[in-house]
Amino acid sequence: MVETPLILQTVDLTKHFGMIKAAERISVEVNQGELVGIVGANGSGKTTFLNLITGYLKPERGRILLMGRDTTGLPPRTITRLGVARSFQVPQLYRHMRVLESVLLSLAAESGNGGSFWQPLFKESRRAEALETLKRFGLSAYAHRPTSELPEGGRKLLDIALSFALKPKLLLMDEPTSGVSIEDKFEVMDTLVKVLQESNVTTIFVEHDMEVVQRYGWRVLVFDEGQVIADGKPDNVLADPEVRKTVLGRV
Amino acid sequence: MDIGLLTIIIFDGLNYAAVLFLIAVGLTFVYGVLRILNISHGAIYGLGAYMATWLTILLLNKGLPPYLSYFVLLTGAIIIGLITGPSIERLCLRRIYGSDIHIQLLLTFSILLILDDAMKLIWGVEPMFMSEPYFLLGQFSVGGIIYPRYTFLLIGVSASFGVFLVWLVRGTRFGKLVVSVIQDREISVAMGINVGLIYTAAFTMGALSAAIGGAFIAPTISVAPGFAAEVVVMSFAVVAIGGLGNLEGAALGSLIVGLARALAIHLVAELELAVIYLIMVLVLAFRPQGLFGAVEERRI
Amino acid sequence: MRPNLRVVSIVSALLILVPLAMPSWVVFILTKALFTFIAVLGVALLLRGGQLTFGHALFFATGTYTVGFSVKWFGFRDALLLVPMGALTGLIMAALVGLIMARYRGVFFAMLNLAFSMILYAILLKFYWVTGGTDGISVGTATFLGFPLRAGTYPFYYLTLVIAGLITYVVYRFLASPLGYFLRAIADNEIRIEYSGESVRRVIYLTYILAGGLGGVSGVLAAFTVGHVVPEDAFWFQSGQFVFIALLGGFEGILGSLMGAVAFEFIQTYSSKYFPYAWQLTLGGIMLFIILFRPGGLWAIYESLVSRFSSKAEGSTHG
Repeated sequence: MVETPLILQTVDLTKHFGMIKAAERISVEVNQGELVGIVGANGSGKTTFLNLITGYLKPERGRILLMGRDTTGLPPRTITRLGVARSFQVPQLYRHMRVLESVLLSLAAESGNGGSFWQPLFKESRRAEALETLKRFGLSAYAHRPTSELPEGGRKLLDIALSFALKPKLLLMDEPTSGVSIEDKFEVMDTLVKVLQESNVTTIFVEHDMEVVQRYGWRVLVFDEGQVIADGKPDNVLADPEVRKTVLGRV
Repeated sequence: MDIGLLTIIIFDGLNYAAVLFLIAVGLTFVYGVLRILNISHGAIYGLGAYMATWLTILLLNKGLPPYLSYFVLLTGAIIIGLITGPSIERLCLRRIYGSDIHIQLLLTFSILLILDDAMKLIWGVEPMFMSEPYFLLGQFSVGGIIYPRYTFLLIGVSASFGVFLVWLVRGTRFGKLVVSVIQDREISVAMGINVGLIYTAAFTMGALSAAIGGAFIAPTISVAPGFAAEVVVMSFAVVAIGGLGNLEGAALGSLIVGLARALAIHLVAELELAVIYLIMVLVLAFRPQGLFGAVEERRI
Repeated sequence: MRPNLRVVSIVSALLILVPLAMPSWVVFILTKALFTFIAVLGVALLLRGGQLTFGHALFFATGTYTVGFSVKWFGFRDALLLVPMGALTGLIMAALVGLIMARYRGVFFAMLNLAFSMILYAILLKFYWVTGGTDGISVGTATFLGFPLRAGTYPFYYLTLVIAGLITYVVYRFLASPLGYFLRAIADNEIRIEYSGESVRRVIYLTYILAGGLGGVSGVLAAFTVGHVVPEDAFWFQSGQFVFIALLGGFEGILGSLMGAVAFEFIQTYSSKYFPYAWQLTLGGIMLFIILFRPGGLWAIYESLVSRFSSKAEGSTHG
């Protein structure tokens, strides 16, 4: 396969839940380094799209290509190992673990010795890297606290930090600012976008807040009833009254 | 295999199945509503057997006409069910809803241990016999095979309890409330349903099933310490095979286990016990949710 | 997972020195406590991963009958070879059963384990011409490189202690490794583990094998301590006792299992002496109390005492 900047390509991706069209012939291409926002009303298929790409759901029709490789039907674990990480709408944390320990686990998994028996988790080099990661996400103060003591914004950030520590080529974020108060929303996004730009990770984020997408996305995809109804620069796309109606109409 | 042996195997199998179903249906019902696998179910079964035996012996000695002993068996079971059910649910289980699964299992396990010894302390360790209800019905013969009529009583009691439970869940207001609690606890609370009361009632129904099972098996065995453990572990196998929380599954599971056990006893006696667990392992290996169970997906 | 060197040395010193001042029946009880501890460690490991097993006696009995058959068929009873053999048979059994078991969690994990142990129990009980049925197999006294090693004597006790020490080290390393942390993470969040590219099944499988090996070693030592192996070694009540001890000690620390095992053996000895018909009642009552009021077991009680004590003395040293 020829070296291309294409990271993700979906072809005619289709998934129905009974009568509901969760994904209807979605064909999308995402290039290296892009920061793509996905908007749509509730139930428009945004999260389904992420679940399809990460292998949590199997498509009925269509194909998914990651860096030129067909990953359709592969399980989440395999897809993660191929360089796709995701965060969750409801943060998926290890509730009985300390913040630092959970980042160490991601790093151990990434370096391929998550199953190592004799090497301690708290290896000095790994510990330093984990502390550095926490610093970039502004979570240093919580390093030695249990994850259950994090405030909601911190939980969101840690959830993303755990995925980021896997050093993915493609990072998918499911509503990074949901549950975060309006005052903290932009602060969380500023932190995230800075970290992501520095590391040049291709990112797709789902968001129902149009303002966030407009401000941070380079490109926006608008979902409605499982279909992509618009694709382009946020300023152009979100100015379209039709788009505004479908996105806002049912929120 | 000659037809006589086959007939005996079928009767024996149905006999085991009837007993197993009586116990398992309560276990599976409690799991279906409370999402707790009640290991102390076995002790309630044992208590039912002891209470029924003791009460029947007592009343027969006082001159009770033997044909009334069946009502005494039932009364003994109901007493045990109504005492153990609400007290276990209210005093212990209520504190651990929502806890980790292993905590729930361990709690009911500790209740089993306590009640198991309580039986020894109350009724002693000598085996108790009370077979009047069994012999009173006599025997019948089919094609040269002689078989006790009591088996039919067992099957009748077992089937009636099953039908009663299904009617309770699908045909009554109580059943509608139970189903709504199963489907969404929070919404049920919001709608003003007394969820606590439903839980107590459901658990008591489960306790009744075990106690009735114990009471009606008692005339056919010697009631002695530890007799309950084996049957109860078997009833776990039954509900696992049928699908946890599924009433029809418990019926099918009982039939499978009962018949398999009867087959093994008459053909390969060494496998009597092993065959039950082998079936369970096989079923779960290919259908983890049991024959009737539904798969639960987690939303992310 | 910070090894507290002071605690480790105090516990080791106690275990080495105290028996020297004790009558042989106490040495016997401590030997039992040590081999029980080894089996309980396996149960506690699985509990850390949120998985409860009601069938760990499967591996314990695999160990006891490894000795039983070795004595019966070959007249061989040397502990130096049989202890590793017990570990191996336990590991192999766990590697086979684990293939199925690693797919299950919660109630199903508990019950399937129960089912497998009951299959072994049924076989040991019913195939009496091979297994001796309810009578079991008498194994007599162990030897060590040909020298007799009688249960309740110091040589036997110290051999058990050395084995328990080695196993403690292995389990400690396991828990400090990424694998050990992933095990704990299973109880917390399986989805996150899978989305880290790690396999939950693999973690459970490896832990299960380790736990099986521990059960096998424990069984070998038990067979020589008791001098007799019986089908009840595989019975669910034996499994229940392991679970009880893990809970009694608390499964957060290795030391918890040790404390639980020692406490259990003494409770059992006194309880069966003074309340022969209330042994299970005692067990159940303690268990009920722990679950409802002290969910961390003895270990948590110990830790809270330590932290109260040390916060008075010097303030917390965590970090």
